Amino acid sequence: MSEKKESIGLVETKYFTFAASPDALVLESGEKLGPITQAYETYGTLNREKSNAVLVLHAFSGDAHAAGFHEGDDKPGWWNDMIGPGKAFDTQKYFVISSNVLGGCKGSTGPASINPKTQKPYALDFPIITIADMVKAQKQLVDFLGIDRLLAVAGGSMGGMQALQWFVSYPEKVRSVIPIATAMKHSPQQIAFDEVGRQAIMADPAWNKGSYYDSGQPDRGLAVARMVGHITYMSDESMEEKFSRKLKKDGYTFSFDADFEVEGYLRYRGDNFVKRFDANSYLYITKAMDYFDVSGAKLAKTGGKPEARFLVLSFKSDWLYPSAQSKELVLQLKAKQADVTYCEIFSTYGHDAFLLEVEAESKLIGHFLENILNGRKKTNAI
Amino acid sequence: MPYDLLRIDHRIIGEIIHRGAKVIDLGCGGGELLYHLANVKNAAVQGIELNESAIYKCVEKGLSVMHGDLDNGLSGFPDKSFDYVILNQSLQQVRKVEYVIKETFRIGNKVIIGFPNFAHLKARAMLFFGGKAPVTGALPDKWHETPNLRFLSIKDFKEFCSIRGIKVEKAYYLGKYGTISLLPNLFTRNAVFVLSKETK
Repeated sequence: MSEKKESIGLVETKYFTFAASPDALVLESGEKLGPITQAYETYGTLNREKSNAVLVLHAFSGDAHAAGFHEGDDKPGWWNDMIGPGKAFDTQKYFVISSNVLGGCKGSTGPASINPKTQKPYALDFPIITIADMVKAQKQLVDFLGIDRLLAVAGGSMGGMQALQWFVSYPEKVRSVIPIATAMKHSPQQIAFDEVGRQAIMADPAWNKGSYYDSGQPDRGLAVARMVGHITYMSDESMEEKFSRKLKKDGYTFSFDADFEVEGYLRYRGDNFVKRFDANSYLYITKAMDYFDVSGAKLAKTGGKPEARFLVLSFKSDWLYPSAQSKELVLQLKAKQADVTYCEIFSTYGHDAFLLEVEAESKLIGHFLENILNGRKKTNAI
Repeated sequence: MPYDLLRIDHRIIGEIIHRGAKVIDLGCGGGELLYHLANVKNAAVQGIELNESAIYKCVEKGLSVMHGDLDNGLSGFPDKSFDYVILNQSLQQVRKVEYVIKETFRIGNKVIIGFPNFAHLKARAMLFFGGKAPVTGALPDKWHETPNLRFLSIKDFKEFCSIRGIKVEKAYYLGKYGTISLLPNLFTRNAVFVLSKETK
């Protein structure tokens, strides 16, 4: 058991709005979007040189609330174990920024936001966005905060994709990149799981071609999508350990009720997700992940030997973003003579490990970041 | 670490490489050698290591290290991207020796290989008089516990190099307290070879 470290306490989400007409953001698709609001939180203090800023990037269903507590909440932010005083992202040393992605539903502009042209939610009038567009919006926020160069960009899963995209879009703006449990591009298997989720939503009559903001969202479809998602986040071993074939009651009910604990768990997760996530955001964000591809030429076009240092992490039992994808990333970075550290962390948690293997991640990220912050004194890596 | 406490093979490798050299250590363990080379020779260093907890030690030292095995892990490196490729006390644990050595000459200019001499007097005596697999200072593990897959002598290695056109630029024969010159295949515990190979 790792020692229990303090939380940073009460935090608040802030909002930054930009790209108002006529300065609308030009998206990768060529379409324009504006105005755009970015919900964000910051923890710790920006130093005078503005050299200690770390941007943490959330995964598919995350939000700007990465650490600490919101007033009245009993659950902290999604990466609270990693961000705070004395933790991996030590708020006594670093200024940590976290924002909700473009297309999301937690305060940043997305399909559920009001379209200024119609004064109604965008729904499917919201343009298709990509990971590069999310990063482009984050760049505006980082500029607004007065930061020229980030000490690190870090995130797991889709957060790792954004970290890689930061390096591809703005290589001179990042001193280090920490992609965790992620990939340079989705494999057909990963696209397939996303498509099942999207089809579950769109097959729900309540979806109504995306126009459900008056009538209520497609709860059943969205819940099923989330249930599938949760299966992919765990491993065979972690499911065996957590549920085995345990029953909720003493015997079988001989009905289609949730007899098995694993059924109850998935239903609970699905039902809860519906309360906090917009179905159209699910469609847009999964599509952004599927379109993402920085492999080959894209990674290569960033000039010669990259200045940024990389810490690439993967997890042994993660079959959704298997280590082979991280190794492929490492190989491509090596071919560019990049300075890369790679570790495949032993874990039985599956893809969820990036949120759970706090001790291992803290050791690696903590030391890595410290080394970047202090510059290289003793060692002079290639 | 005080210089006199430094492992003798590390000290020697530290003397071999030039200032500011680009170095990769294959099977770098906790990064002690790389840390030493970065400190005393301002070398630009990179490690490859299979053991997860050893990786943590490297990262703690501020070293760049990649988790992986040597049998598969070298293909991503561009040709001649290092001045020195080090295989110190790891060759005997490599599965595809021929392939790995070929790769080391592809990615580096010079190759430094260090290994325990299986034909050391004590090892010979244990086998000959004791009738048991040798357990010595340089070969510390019993037959069922050793990570070693290869059991080679200095003579074996020289023969291996000569057949493949690998030039031995320098060989260091290490005993318990220093280098030795008399009957190296009999008295050497660990050997360090500096090798080069003409590229066709």
